[in-house]
Amino acid sequence: MTTRFFGARVQRVEDGALVTGAGRFTDDIKLKETLSAAFVRSPFAHARIVSIDASAAKEMPGVHLVLTAADLPAAWRDKRLPLDVPAPAIRHPLTQFPLAADEVCFCGEAVAVVVADNRALAEDAAEQVMVEYDPLPAVVDCRTALAPDGPLAQTSVADNLAAKWVNEYGDIERAFAGAAHVIAEDYFQHRGTGCPLEPRAVLAQYDRAGDSLTVWSATQAPHGIKRAIVDMFDIADTQVRVIAPDVGGGFGPKLLTYPEEIVIPHCARLIGRPVKWIEDRREHMMSTAQERDQLWSVRMALDADGRILGLRGTLLHDTGAFLPWGIIMPYISATTFPGPYVVPAYRLDTSVVFTNKISTSPMRGAGRPQAVFAVERLLDRAAQVLGLDRAEIRRRNLIPAEAMPYKVGLIYRDGQPLTYDSGDYPQCQQMALDTADWAGFEARRAKARAEGRHLGIGLANYVEGTGLGPFEGATARLLPSGRILLRTGAASQGQGHRTVLAQIAADAFGVAVDEVDVEVGDTASVSVGVGAFASRLMVNAGSAVDTSSQTLALKLRQIAAAVLDAELDDIELSGGVARVMGTQGGQISFREIAKMSSGRPGFSLPRGIEPGLEATSFFAPPQAAYSNGSHVAEVEVDPETGLVKVTRYVVAHDCGRVINPLLVDGQIQGGVAHGIGNAIMERMRYDEAGNPQTTSLADYLLPDAGNVPNVEIVHMESPSPLNPLGVKGAGEGGTIPAAAAIASAIEDALSPFGVKILDAPMLPETIAMLVKNAQAQKDAR
Amino acid sequence: MKAARFDYHRPATRAEALDMLQTLEGAKLLAGGQSLVAMLNMRYAFVDHLIDINRVEGLAGIALGDTIRIGAMTRQRDILESPALKARLPIVAAALNFVGHLHTRNRGTIGGSLGHMDPAAELFGIATLLDATIHVESRRGPRDVAIADYPQGYMTPGLDPDEMIVGVTLAPPAAGHGWSFLEFAQRHGDFAVVAVGTTLAFDSAGKVADARIVLCGMGIAPLRLAEAEALLVGTTAEPEAIAAAAEIAGRQEAMSDALASETYRRHLAGVLTRRALTEARARASHGKVQ
Amino acid sequence: MSAVSIRVTVNGTPFEREVEPRTHLADFLRHDLGLTGTHLGCEHGVCGACSVLVDGRAVRGCLMLAVQADGAEVTTVEGLAQVEQLNPLQEAFREFHALQCGFCTPGMLTTLMQLLEEHPEPSEEMLREELSGNLCRCTGYAGIIRAAMKAAPLLKAQRENAA
Repeated sequence: MTTRFFGARVQRVEDGALVTGAGRFTDDIKLKETLSAAFVRSPFAHARIVSIDASAAKEMPGVHLVLTAADLPAAWRDKRLPLDVPAPAIRHPLTQFPLAADEVCFCGEAVAVVVADNRALAEDAAEQVMVEYDPLPAVVDCRTALAPDGPLAQTSVADNLAAKWVNEYGDIERAFAGAAHVIAEDYFQHRGTGCPLEPRAVLAQYDRAGDSLTVWSATQAPHGIKRAIVDMFDIADTQVRVIAPDVGGGFGPKLLTYPEEIVIPHCARLIGRPVKWIEDRREHMMSTAQERDQLWSVRMALDADGRILGLRGTLLHDTGAFLPWGIIMPYISATTFPGPYVVPAYRLDTSVVFTNKISTSPMRGAGRPQAVFAVERLLDRAAQVLGLDRAEIRRRNLIPAEAMPYKVGLIYRDGQPLTYDSGDYPQCQQMALDTADWAGFEARRAKARAEGRHLGIGLANYVEGTGLGPFEGATARLLPSGRILLRTGAASQGQGHRTVLAQIAADAFGVAVDEVDVEVGDTASVSVGVGAFASRLMVNAGSAVDTSSQTLALKLRQIAAAVLDAELDDIELSGGVARVMGTQGGQISFREIAKMSSGRPGFSLPRGIEPGLEATSFFAPPQAAYSNGSHVAEVEVDPETGLVKVTRYVVAHDCGRVINPLLVDGQIQGGVAHGIGNAIMERMRYDEAGNPQTTSLADYLLPDAGNVPNVEIVHMESPSPLNPLGVKGAGEGGTIPAAAAIASAIEDALSPFGVKILDAPMLPETIAMLVKNAQAQKDAR
Repeated sequence: MKAARFDYHRPATRAEALDMLQTLEGAKLLAGGQSLVAMLNMRYAFVDHLIDINRVEGLAGIALGDTIRIGAMTRQRDILESPALKARLPIVAAALNFVGHLHTRNRGTIGGSLGHMDPAAELFGIATLLDATIHVESRRGPRDVAIADYPQGYMTPGLDPDEMIVGVTLAPPAAGHGWSFLEFAQRHGDFAVVAVGTTLAFDSAGKVADARIVLCGMGIAPLRLAEAEALLVGTTAEPEAIAAAAEIAGRQEAMSDALASETYRRHLAGVLTRRALTEARARASHGKVQ
Repeated sequence: MSAVSIRVTVNGTPFEREVEPRTHLADFLRHDLGLTGTHLGCEHGVCGACSVLVDGRAVRGCLMLAVQADGAEVTTVEGLAQVEQLNPLQEAFREFHALQCGFCTPGMLTTLMQLLEEHPEPSEEMLREELSGNLCRCTGYAGIIRAAMKAAPLLKAQRENAA
């Protein structure tokens, strides 16, 4: 196999349609007689539903259907949406009902649906659905959720403790007893939203003749939705097809199955016409899962030289009103905390609590940004206490390359011992420092100070378990036209998977990338699939494409060898033909092979070759592949207003072998932008009653072009030994350490004021007030 | 997020528009629509009749004389791009540069901005700073409203329901005045958390003859700092005087919302006022400042 | 609440349609004319995904009513490319990976068409400020800025050739 495309900056096959307006997002799909839905949502964070009167709404013009929980199938009365990832540590496995019947547990929870001729009419009628609520006390702050006499977030369970467990190894007591220094701090991270530019969207069509449902959804996991529909409707797998067409960004929250993805197909079935629901932005801010609320109360024990002896503490995770994805995120947090460092002893006690806010789901980074924030802040503080450079204390603690593969001592979420497969963390940090001219920063700082400006620099490292299984499948097929078709159960939300998968196949078949068609996101393509999350697609689907393509390519060569009467080893695939190497004339085109093999009378396949020009492979990785990286952020802070400008950003990144640097760089640049938002701009605010306050894009601040610098990216390539391509995931590394690196830089910029950065996001107000208070204290002395 | 129903009217003349405004119940004027249509989409605003005045003749244009008159339907973009206005009163373009984005300035109008009365709106602030007179008309005749009398409450202009803004006259400070418009927002084009506009005109002795300071985003309407202005007049706007003026700015009442607390707004008001006055002083072209 | 009859030219093609007054221009383009390249990301005028050109000027498609476009010339993303030929800005978006999910892209492209016409030699700083009205969640903007810088002179040359 040649590697013409693997590793090349190949332009995307997706772009032609998307830059001309020919993309096909869910709301772009036009089915005849489609109706539109709107949901009636709770205006209270926590309330009992006393009564619902939908009679007026049903009489509104253009209205076809109004449903409340009472109108749903009797079998759904006590049936919650499936909990995809159960775990023994979960005490109360509560997920949402399709529609709330008796109790609403967050502001925005759906209580009724209206289907009308168009969305405007549906909204008109939704306003006429009269719901009487009896407000209940709400749990808003996870830090008080476990107070003995506090309110319950869910009245169906006895307490707010959704789950609890311990991760530990080594002799933690001894580590702390023998420590020269112990650093102890509390860190709080507030929540934000994934906020893809395309909100969620569902279109469902019911075929009465076949008693089957086709559902289009702006989802990251079409197979997950299919499983949920099969489960809720209790129908056969063959009766449901779920398609994720073009999807306008995902970032995590779109991997859940939501109530709308059950209710809308139900409406389509009842009415017998296609029904669509396009989430508007306010609904997105009030009903799509969010992430990051965590309180870390942690301690680091170090010896006199600044080497870590142990890490311990507690992690409090706010899951919101439900546990749609179990305890995945806090579990990832709890196992990410040791990071790329040698940590001889470890104990973290994690509690997951319910509050009356939107449920949480993995969101770009999925629990890791918080853990990285905690360990990196501790290291910065330790450096301060020991009088060490922040890079130096990390150097002393990074796992050396010769220790790979490195067993941390924990069990990761895939059930395997947490084992870093490859990488050179010290070298990666050095690359970042060199690129950022860390050593020259003090000169830059001094120059800026002379101009009255405050610059700061910060550093953060991370390790990320990527490419989680259980598996992904792919089929490669030679089409009658001679083109190659790839099908995979994975879905894509802008990452360019079709391009990268085509690159892998193109190399196997010796064709150009645009000779390969790639179908993703359709449950009809591949029998089982998992989805696009956890930076898992390239490892799983990429490897499956590689294996299936290699298998089919071999078969093409076998057929060609028989037809051309040549040795298999002499057959090469190139430019859409199979040819005998080194001779003239002996060749056969893919198209001809396809024709011959399609069952032409008189042509027999070579002995031992089964009919069908198709190969399917599944790839199930033995464990996660660990990407890593080092980020250096340079910021300018206005200490009076608290405004932070990220002036420079460097990423040294190791995601194993890079299939397409253009796209990997794009993932990193975009991930950093998200991280900047998390660090200094994006804060999902709730008032004391649990009502969301930032429900528009005017209030919830996504970074714009002026907030994000061009990220300088350097790559290391430590191939993963765990998959045939040697790849690791790259989708989240831009985000994971960003808040930590920026916090470090802000604190550094404000070092003249002695301010400590302990929380994220660090909004200008927070920073300005920290500085002001620090100065007031100084003046008082 | 779709608007509730309304009827749409598109008068061609002022008289027609005023007739509709007087006779239609639950009517509202549609100017640039850059706030109103968003509020209609979100169902924060409900109207029975929308009177679109975009095609009413004679409502747009900029006339420069001793004062500056701007027609209500003059697009923000056209105000921003007016070279004559920029030369005469540069603070207007400076403020407009903060107003929304290319798209919204292409549509948004000065009359619409004044009618909408967002407390943080830069143009509302500029009108307050420049002692604007708002010209309104109704079937009952024309009327002038001083900007000081204009705000009646949160997003509530001092207009009768049948009255339409047709223009605004700004009173510029003396030629050679120094000016500054600063605002705090994390993203360019967002509404300001707090904005400060100021002009300083000096007499031939180098003393401040005319000082104006306006704070936007603090309360229901832009706030002129009469006390600070009076304090500056007669000084050379030296740092101590500026600090005293900024201190006054920092103890004004302010609101709390999803973007910022009252405390922070006050703090910003003080910081930005100091910076704006310092910048305005440096920009002033005559007098014995240096 | 009667529907209103409007005539509007979109990408050079004249249309006559009845619209409900409350229908905004973006919904009209998408659902009445089937031009689904114009996307809706917030419907309250912040994200910029719905940006289209009306008489050559970029507007928020969600903040203008369809009835207001009566008599206007509208250009959407579908109208930017020549037949089978991407325009230089579209080409540059592909070259610099200026799009990932592609949802914000139509608004970015239409906005840049006006911006780059008015600023044929843009600075990066100017572009970052002026593009603040178009949000992208995927790319982190670097590719978009690079693409705009590359396309500006090419678009200028194209305009000059056409003139």
